[in-house]
Amino acid sequence: MGVLTLVLLGAVGFIFFSRQPALPAVQPPSTAGFDRALIAKGAELALIGNCNVCHTKQDGAPYAGGRPLKTPFGTIYATNITPDADTGIGSWSETAFLRAMHEGVRRDGAHLYPAFPYDHFTKASVDDLRALYAFLMTREPVRAETPNNALAFPWSQRALIAGWKLLYFKAGELKPDPTLSAELNRGAYLVEGLAHCGACHTPRNRLGAETNARYLGGGEIDGWHAPALNAASPAPVPWTSEQLFGYLRNGFVPPHGVAAGPMQPVANNLGAVSEQDVKAIAAYIGAMLGPATASRRQAAGASTAHATPRPASPDAGAPDSADGAVIYAGACALCHEPTGQAFSAHGIPLTSSKVVAMADARNLTHVILEGIDPPKASPAALMPGFGAALTDRQIAVLMGYLRSTFSDQPAWSGLEDTVRGARQSAREP
Amino acid sequence: MSRLAMLSRRSLLGAGSALVVSFTLARPPFPSATAQTAPPRLPGSLRTTPMLDAWIRIDANGISVFTGKAELGQGIKTALLQVAAEELSVEPKDITFITADTARTPNEGYTSGSQSMQDSATAIRHAAAQVRELLIAAAATRLSIPAEQLTAKDGVISGPDGRSADYRELATAEVLHLEARPQSKLKQPGSYRWIGKPMARVDIPAKVTGGTAYVQDLRLPGMVHARVVRPPSYGARLRSVEISAVERMPGVLKVVRDGHFLAVAAQREFQAVQAMDALALASQWDEDKVFPNPNGLYDWVRNAASKEYVIASVGNVAEPDGRSLEAVYHRPYQLHGSIGPSCAVAQAEAGALTVWTHTQGVYPLRAALAEMLGLAQDKIRCIHMEGSGCYGHNGADDVAADAALVAMALPGRPVRLQWMRDQEHAWEPFGAAMVTRARATLDNRGSVASWQYEVWSNAHSTRPGGAGNLMPAWHLQRPFTQPVPEPIPQPTGGGDRNAIPLYQFANMRIVHRFIPEMPLRVSALRGLGAYMNVFSLESFMDELALAAGADPVEFRLRHLADARARAVVELAAEKFGWRDAQKPRRGYGRGFAFAKYKNLAAYTAVAAELEVEHESGQIRLLRFVAADDSGEIVNPDGVRNQIEGGIVQSTSWTLREAVAFDETRIRSRDWSTYPILRFADLPDHVEVHLIDRPGQPFLGTGESAQGPTAAAIANAVANATGVRIRELPLTPARVKAAIGA
Amino acid sequence: MLTLNVNGRPHPVEAEAATPLLYVLRDEIGLNGAKFGCGLGQCGACTVLLDDRPVLSCITPIAVTQGRQITTLEGLGSIDNPGPVQRAFIAEQAAQCGFCIAGMIMRAEGLLRRNSQPSEKEIRTHMSANLCRCGTHMRILAAVRRAAQAERSARVDAPPSQDARR
Repeated sequence: MGVLTLVLLGAVGFIFFSRQPALPAVQPPSTAGFDRALIAKGAELALIGNCNVCHTKQDGAPYAGGRPLKTPFGTIYATNITPDADTGIGSWSETAFLRAMHEGVRRDGAHLYPAFPYDHFTKASVDDLRALYAFLMTREPVRAETPNNALAFPWSQRALIAGWKLLYFKAGELKPDPTLSAELNRGAYLVEGLAHCGACHTPRNRLGAETNARYLGGGEIDGWHAPALNAASPAPVPWTSEQLFGYLRNGFVPPHGVAAGPMQPVANNLGAVSEQDVKAIAAYIGAMLGPATASRRQAAGASTAHATPRPASPDAGAPDSADGAVIYAGACALCHEPTGQAFSAHGIPLTSSKVVAMADARNLTHVILEGIDPPKASPAALMPGFGAALTDRQIAVLMGYLRSTFSDQPAWSGLEDTVRGARQSAREP
Repeated sequence: MSRLAMLSRRSLLGAGSALVVSFTLARPPFPSATAQTAPPRLPGSLRTTPMLDAWIRIDANGISVFTGKAELGQGIKTALLQVAAEELSVEPKDITFITADTARTPNEGYTSGSQSMQDSATAIRHAAAQVRELLIAAAATRLSIPAEQLTAKDGVISGPDGRSADYRELATAEVLHLEARPQSKLKQPGSYRWIGKPMARVDIPAKVTGGTAYVQDLRLPGMVHARVVRPPSYGARLRSVEISAVERMPGVLKVVRDGHFLAVAAQREFQAVQAMDALALASQWDEDKVFPNPNGLYDWVRNAASKEYVIASVGNVAEPDGRSLEAVYHRPYQLHGSIGPSCAVAQAEAGALTVWTHTQGVYPLRAALAEMLGLAQDKIRCIHMEGSGCYGHNGADDVAADAALVAMALPGRPVRLQWMRDQEHAWEPFGAAMVTRARATLDNRGSVASWQYEVWSNAHSTRPGGAGNLMPAWHLQRPFTQPVPEPIPQPTGGGDRNAIPLYQFANMRIVHRFIPEMPLRVSALRGLGAYMNVFSLESFMDELALAAGADPVEFRLRHLADARARAVVELAAEKFGWRDAQKPRRGYGRGFAFAKYKNLAAYTAVAAELEVEHESGQIRLLRFVAADDSGEIVNPDGVRNQIEGGIVQSTSWTLREAVAFDETRIRSRDWSTYPILRFADLPDHVEVHLIDRPGQPFLGTGESAQGPTAAAIANAVANATGVRIRELPLTPARVKAAIGA
Repeated sequence: MLTLNVNGRPHPVEAEAATPLLYVLRDEIGLNGAKFGCGLGQCGACTVLLDDRPVLSCITPIAVTQGRQITTLEGLGSIDNPGPVQRAFIAEQAAQCGFCIAGMIMRAEGLLRRNSQPSEKEIRTHMSANLCRCGTHMRILAAVRRAAQAERSARVDAPPSQDARR
């Protein structure tokens, strides 16, 4: 049904909007022509926008593209946005760049796939985009062809995007809301715009658009669940704005834990952004999460009261039947339980762990399998991986134990399959 | 001759005048007071242990050779074996080699300062040569054949007619129980069987197959396991501890409390770990702010009370005019960070104590333990067993003290006490934080007209000595206090090691500002002050070269008179391809540095090339090329291993390492908070080129690469980015902040 | 009473199920290979193989090793008959203090069992889990390369090249 709608709209769109005019190619602008302060401003905005995360492939040159992004429609490759004239955006004028960010249109006039979240970037101001342009145009040009997208028909037809835009895309800068404080306005401007938090943290419909009714209600990225940042947040302890700031800027805040997996590079980037802007982001997300109501606080109080793990059973002799409590005591307790030892690397008490409490078991699976590569500002949040030491079955047993011991949530099911799936999508240790 | 040159020559000869006498050199010794009025001194450690049979014993079981030095993983045991085998004319496999043991070996102080070749190898070489000649003389008598017609080989002295005598028959007490003489008949380079050969290390096979190789592997009958509970911070006082619950834990034998010293012994190792954990949780401590604010560390270093020593003064630095430059450099506290935390086994029995320890100095440790425990020295035996890599004064002596204290509380039982990772990080003595300042003027030809250099530093040695330098002794009910340290005098130096450049400057003044107060515990870390001083002065040489519009290598050669130094510089530059034209590309840079360690030991030059990644400030190392002159080389592979290792370790210090602390506690408590270089960070390529000098004295190599590597990296980064960074370490954040968006 | 399968032989051990494998290997079974470096899973000195995969024995409770194959350094060869990776390390003289080397050998063995022709990059990435403090890294890489090479030819024991082009 959805496909039919799209095709219909695509047909309409095709007639009117399937292609925008091409903008002329320019000579790559000279780096000396850009104001240093503008470049510095652009650098900071690029960190907020996390451009380097998508537009750099593993071990690739910065901004030279090539990173695959798996979508339900196939794989899309992030493009080379270095100022190389042939394979990057070196021949793009400032106007072309602004149009791409504001309207999702390539220099040659083709529509860009919304995997590039211009539905967020459209909210950025012209001034900020000019700074971003200055920044990108002064990067090292890298010659790197972006691989062709691997999208099945009909998704491979960019013309369909015109229809998608008709349904789901509204261009336009975000204007300040006079009822909000300056900080919240700034936070809204960044979160809705360049920081594009909703792109991961919002569920998407079958046509890949963010479901506005459930904005920030939880989403999906790289095999991880991006938890809800609204009232549906699964965090057993409610977040305060101060905690959000600590988490975003330092990558770790007790009692919540560490920015792991896909959030790690975000924390690394925000660690270099002005405190004021990160505070604004934190304030806005805090507002979206909603206040810590009395019932939430009560539930939190109950969950942070330390749960004493069941004592390890005396006999775990049968093969592959190691009791969850025994595994926890032998592999996890050293860092996740109070200790008299004084080493740095420590885990949070698991009663306040949102990955233990969330409905989606994949995140915890990733953490156990791969460990945690911590953000730069919080190196002690390091965790080793257990993917080789534990079998799928043992991890499933351990997860069941953690869930029942450290949360009030209903048991997960199908854990062994979840573990198997996570191994597939993860880097093996 | 300049006073600088006089200073270095006198010190060189002071250390080895007998060497000069024994090895026939073309030029006569520099006339000095000592040489003219005293009899010639014995070579190396024979000076302090002159009896030949203290070094070499031959009996029915075969040949034993003794050294007071310890194998630290630097391959010294193998090198000494080669030297002994050479002069005794036997195969290394026929020698039983015994290292540092207060009951059996000579007292050679510490294995440190890259002195082992110069001290011990020299002594063993001469002793072995003299023993050989004595055996030949004994054989001459027994066989009635003139000594000149006899040959010593593989344990047998034989004559032209085929008659022979075995070393073991000949080696009676009368023959070997003699004092060494100053001169020996040494084998000549053309005839070497073992010296100069890359003989495989004798300790490696056991290490790669699981043999007992380390004190950590020692297992004695009835041995029990212990752990110590350290205070959470320096000077913290144990207010209370609830012991009874811990005493009832499975396997626990004893909880030892003596003042603020707290330890526990158990049957099994893991039981001891669990008991330690519980004991720590059951303890309450009172802590104070004891450290300077880490954000003001270098201000603290500059302003702390210090004693000023002018260690070199030549000409008049105030006079020359010309273009002036000045630079200030900073180095943080850095860790030894041995991979295996310190460990010792101790057994007290019938009023006597035996300690198996990886200390660098078994005799000084024995004296310190005796003082701490109130025992006579001859009641204590310290036996060296290898620990994990040493790199200077680490926790080895302290853990020996810990083990001894627990052993005294459990007489008869061997007690194995192992430090935990966080204890090693927090309590080992660090390499001192240092500040240096260099000022120079260039004349109108672009050469250095005057040079001033100051270094502010804590002590670089607080070794026991006495119980006052055993950290556990500070925590006892009747505590020992750490003595006020003294600087190590020139020419060796501590914080001022290598502060005097080898370059010829007509006007020069070098000042060492020695800071006695040590808020963070410090002692010797590989290279001592040389790491920072060479980093500073070689960085500054590049800054001057840039100002003079000169090539960095050519600028150094302009000021370098020492022929062997020039040779090493030229060789490194040549092998690197320094003079090849380079296609410039963004972020690429190359750098060069040189030093003669302590101005007394090995000459090492290092050239480096790297790329700086603009977006992150990450440094991607491409290639290191080093050239080294260590005098006569005993084991070329060993020398190479030490230089490669020094380059990689120094790279880690230079790019990553700084001890983190706040005003109360050390915050670097494991590898997460004190990252070191990993395989993914290594250069693509490391190359070492050796200049062998047969017939020349051995020159210590273990520490000579540290300083030049640091400066070569910093110089390459400056070349790559146009930005000079003067604060260590060159982390990505620091580099990125310097290069901007 | 648990039974551990170590180097192909069953070992009944008294230690409790949650005890880290490292202590049991060293203290109950008397094997020296795996070393205590940090006890925190950060340095790799305790590396052994569990079902052919390198694991950190200091954070692996013996309970999870039931019914699985544990291989330690001693299982790769002896001083009289060292295995190929051990011979490669001896040939390259890839050790200074040597404390990290047992872990390095096990880590390398784990790589070569799954990928007998690793690229230089794969070797470096894989070995990054293990720390060396003496700076022996270049020789360790040379040893791993040599061991990989040996799988293709039989020449493990040639001496290290003098020019140390590593």
